[in-house]
Amino acid sequence: MLPYSWLIPCFPLLSFALIIFFTIKKPRLSSLVSIGAVALSFLFSFIVLVTVLGNPVTSEFKINWLDLPGFKVEAGMLIDPLTAVMLMVVTIVSMLVQIYSVGYMAGDSRFSRYFSFLSLFTFSMLGLVLSNNFFEIFIFWELVGLTSYLLIGFWFEKKTASDAGKKAFITTRTGDLAFLVGIFLLTTTVGTLNFQEAFHQVESGAISSTLLTLSAILIFGGAVGKSAQFPLHVWLPDAMEGPTPVSALIHAATMVAAGVYLVARLMSIYALSVPASLVVAIIGAFTAFLAASIALVQNDIKRVLAYSTISQLGYMIMALGLGGYTAGTFHLMTHASFKALLFLGAGSVIHSMHTNDIWEMGGLYLKMRTTAITFILGSLSLAGIFPLSGFWSKDEILLLALNKSPIFALVGLAVAFMTAFYMFRLCFIAFYGKARDQHKFEHAHESPKVMTVPLVILAFLSVFAGWVGIPWLSKGYSTFVYHHEVHHLEPNFILMLVATFVALSGIYLAYVIYYKGTISAERLKNRFSSIHKLLYNKYYFDELYNAIIIRPLFKLADFLFKKFDLGVIDWLVNAAGNFTVFLSWFWELFDTYVVDGAVNGLGYVVRGTGAGIRKVQTGQLQNYAFVIFFGIVLIILLKIF
Amino acid sequence: MYFIPIFPEIFLFLWAILIFVVDFFLKEDKRKNLGYLSLLGILITIILLFFSAQGEMFGKVYSYDSLSLFFKLVFLLSAFLAISVSIDFVAKFRAFKGEFFGLILFSTVGMMLLSSARELIFLYVSLELVTIPLYVLAAYLKPDKKSAEAGLKYMLLGAISSAILLYGISLIYGITGTTFLLGIKTRLMVDYLQIGPIGPGLFLSFIFFIAGFGFKLALVPFHMWAPDVYEGAPTPITAFLSVGSKAAGLVAFLRVFFESFSVYNPDWVTIVAVLAALSMIIGNIIALPQTNIKRMLAYSSIAQVGYILVGLVALSERGVSSVAFYTLAYLFANLGAFVVAIAFELQTGSSEIKDYSGLSISSPTLSFLMMLFLLSLVGIPPLAGFVGKYYLFAAAIEKHLIWLVVIAVLTSVISLYYYVGVIKEMYFNKKEGGEKIFLPFGIKLALLICIIGVLLVGLFPNPFLNLASQAATVFKY
Repeated sequence: MLPYSWLIPCFPLLSFALIIFFTIKKPRLSSLVSIGAVALSFLFSFIVLVTVLGNPVTSEFKINWLDLPGFKVEAGMLIDPLTAVMLMVVTIVSMLVQIYSVGYMAGDSRFSRYFSFLSLFTFSMLGLVLSNNFFEIFIFWELVGLTSYLLIGFWFEKKTASDAGKKAFITTRTGDLAFLVGIFLLTTTVGTLNFQEAFHQVESGAISSTLLTLSAILIFGGAVGKSAQFPLHVWLPDAMEGPTPVSALIHAATMVAAGVYLVARLMSIYALSVPASLVVAIIGAFTAFLAASIALVQNDIKRVLAYSTISQLGYMIMALGLGGYTAGTFHLMTHASFKALLFLGAGSVIHSMHTNDIWEMGGLYLKMRTTAITFILGSLSLAGIFPLSGFWSKDEILLLALNKSPIFALVGLAVAFMTAFYMFRLCFIAFYGKARDQHKFEHAHESPKVMTVPLVILAFLSVFAGWVGIPWLSKGYSTFVYHHEVHHLEPNFILMLVATFVALSGIYLAYVIYYKGTISAERLKNRFSSIHKLLYNKYYFDELYNAIIIRPLFKLADFLFKKFDLGVIDWLVNAAGNFTVFLSWFWELFDTYVVDGAVNGLGYVVRGTGAGIRKVQTGQLQNYAFVIFFGIVLIILLKIF
Repeated sequence: MYFIPIFPEIFLFLWAILIFVVDFFLKEDKRKNLGYLSLLGILITIILLFFSAQGEMFGKVYSYDSLSLFFKLVFLLSAFLAISVSIDFVAKFRAFKGEFFGLILFSTVGMMLLSSARELIFLYVSLELVTIPLYVLAAYLKPDKKSAEAGLKYMLLGAISSAILLYGISLIYGITGTTFLLGIKTRLMVDYLQIGPIGPGLFLSFIFFIAGFGFKLALVPFHMWAPDVYEGAPTPITAFLSVGSKAAGLVAFLRVFFESFSVYNPDWVTIVAVLAALSMIIGNIIALPQTNIKRMLAYSSIAQVGYILVGLVALSERGVSSVAFYTLAYLFANLGAFVVAIAFELQTGSSEIKDYSGLSISSPTLSFLMMLFLLSLVGIPPLAGFVGKYYLFAAAIEKHLIWLVVIAVLTSVISLYYYVGVIKEMYFNKKEGGEKIFLPFGIKLALLICIIGVLLVGLFPNPFLNLASQAATVFKY
């Protein structure tokens, strides 16, 4: 069965082509084609998972795609437990999001195009997960970036949306450049693009440790861009301009996890470089803290979730940096289910309220029961409340951090506290209390079944998916997905209790402030106004980048354009152009007058004077023949001298 | 069960005669079917190629090996495409339809024999079999003055080049006393060991061979005929000339120079390298101001020959395989561009580039295909031309022919300008109200084959590279 896994990404690709070329004018059919394709992919992925569960070995299938002198590229698949898990995550979330989108996007004028993009994205993401070499993964890496750009700017009539698309694309490109340089550095040193061969080379010491660290950090640059880690995290909140299901699929569950996946896939490299993994862990921890603190005060429901995503991705990256292959990917899996749920839930709210501002919501529990219950379940899971999915994966990471370095565990706990607080701030404001905007409240309604059923399924996963990782199981996630050997960490009850206490106190604080109102949010805000302002403005990163990078760049570009381009380059180009034009003019003249001219120019005159066409013909041929003989003589002369 | 090596040629020859005979018995309005009959014959010949034993015949005069297999496929493919686009083109003539197809088949038989020739007389006769039908075909639109002129010019200059080639052959015979390629090689080897450096007679004959084959290849400075003939001849014949006839010249060149003259490689290879560079420079530069698409493609094909020879002068196995591979890539892209030009001409009667403006609105698919073909000719990934050029240049760099590769790359940039000029005309010079180009079955079929070829060779080059490397094993380097 495994050799046919290449079909998994092919179904969505086929659906993309079908929609673009045939069903673009039939929205209903397009959505069916797209959902059918991803369902097939899901089915195949499930079979792959079962096969790999039965026989957990790494299998590779490849063909030589390009065999040029000095450059060999394979097309292939690498299937191991991690791949199998990722395939499931991508196909499940993608399928549910696509079903949900039928309701969410109903009536959109570019409905078919939306589904074709989703199909293209699913294809790229599945290809990325299956890749067996650097070349292939980079292609799919760029493809997911492209589809992300297309979908963020899907409503491109809105300037903010098209700007956000560009921002996302350019910011991630910055990371991709580092990624590409890292790939060059690594693969030219080890002499192969293939992952396993490269790992083998690296493990046998074919590359100096300095070079290894350098290339590992450069490659991590790609992950920093895609997974929106500090300092390239600024694009993800803006990416919320895209349709909400897209945010759920691409900017919460799958594509942004690609960076995490990349680091996990290259674990063999990071495991061998202590400085590189330290950089990874520090960036992850820092991002987790930074983003969680920003999320505390945001008012846009999707932006809160976006910062939460950044923060949670930081968590995973931190885990990977600490060597927690199992913990990081486990959290990736559970996070995909509850974060997709939260985004889709937010989408459901936005769909009915037509606003993103949580202060215009309130009391929605009465109107949208399914949405509210599933959303709160997702929040509980994210906050890490026993015994939901999030609890088990978060516990795994904290435990790992405690064993490796307690500082990271402290950061983890602080982030967990903030996470619980901002999620329940959101829940209490949006779903409880009084309706703040009476008009909107009255028009609020529960979303159609096609949207709520995916919510329920995801809620189910948010509760139970993490159970495969319960530490007391003799066979579970940690004995399935691991790097080299199973790292079994003894469960630590005290840590579990502390973590639960921290999460509950975060929820309680939110309850006290935003539900009971015992502590006034306004007064807090005024008391800590400078901190609030700093957080509210996201530490002024956008302004900073604007001031130190973008504006100077524009100035430089302006300068280069005015002085250098118009002055020097254009002159050179024009000169070269003129010279070429002159040359071609000259040859053309030569061709026309010296050769053809005897006929076409002179010839017609001759014919006009009645001397006859015969002369013209012979004249021309003589010229042609003359060139041949002249050429031969010239060659001989050249040879003689 | 395998047929004798020469069986495919015999079959196609008989099939061509059959076409002539059937032509007599068909009513005027049924003669179009002769085209389909010819296509069938080519298909059967392709199949026969794989069911014929590889080996020598007539005492080393004729040999069917992996090199000739590769080029026979190229010839048959280009004949197939040329005939399939001709079916509706020929419908415009009043009579002699059968002849048109039959002559293409005869010429193809000549090319096939040529690719297997290992004796100079046989080679010469095959070469004449290739060209004489083409003289007739070039002049086929008799009432059209340009066509008649094209045929006449082609014939007279062809005769001159044949004479030069014959002179070369006779010199070689005089020096070595044999016309067999292998015999010449042994004799030259002995001479080289006994006498040493090249003598004037031998050198002259090398140059005459280069001139003779260079004429077929339209290599500068033996290219003068090409633009006029390309413009005047019926466009399907131009397409056939630009690929089939060129490939025939190429295979003859490979056979003679790599098999017989390899002892004196340094003496001739510089000349060829310089002529290749000149072809690239002059072909590309004169192509720039062309306004007629056929003339533009004619000059571009002169330049393309230059690129092909870059691989040849590498004098290595990889070089020859890159030559074979690029020939295939060039076949699909160049014929593809011609097919589009033919479809356009068939409907509008024009082959002026400026008339292509707005084509992307009236016929989006056709313009998109045209764009792919042109980009493949430039060598843009992931199309066939890119892999082909990469392979050619890599082979040359391996042999430290840096200067030649630099010229090749720079002139490729120049070529971008005029190829993209057509694309610009189609896509950016918006002109509403152009009529949609109707595509008859034969043209659709040809377009399909070409586009599949351009994409397949570009995206999955490996099987084709293997076939080409196989072809290159024929020679010793």
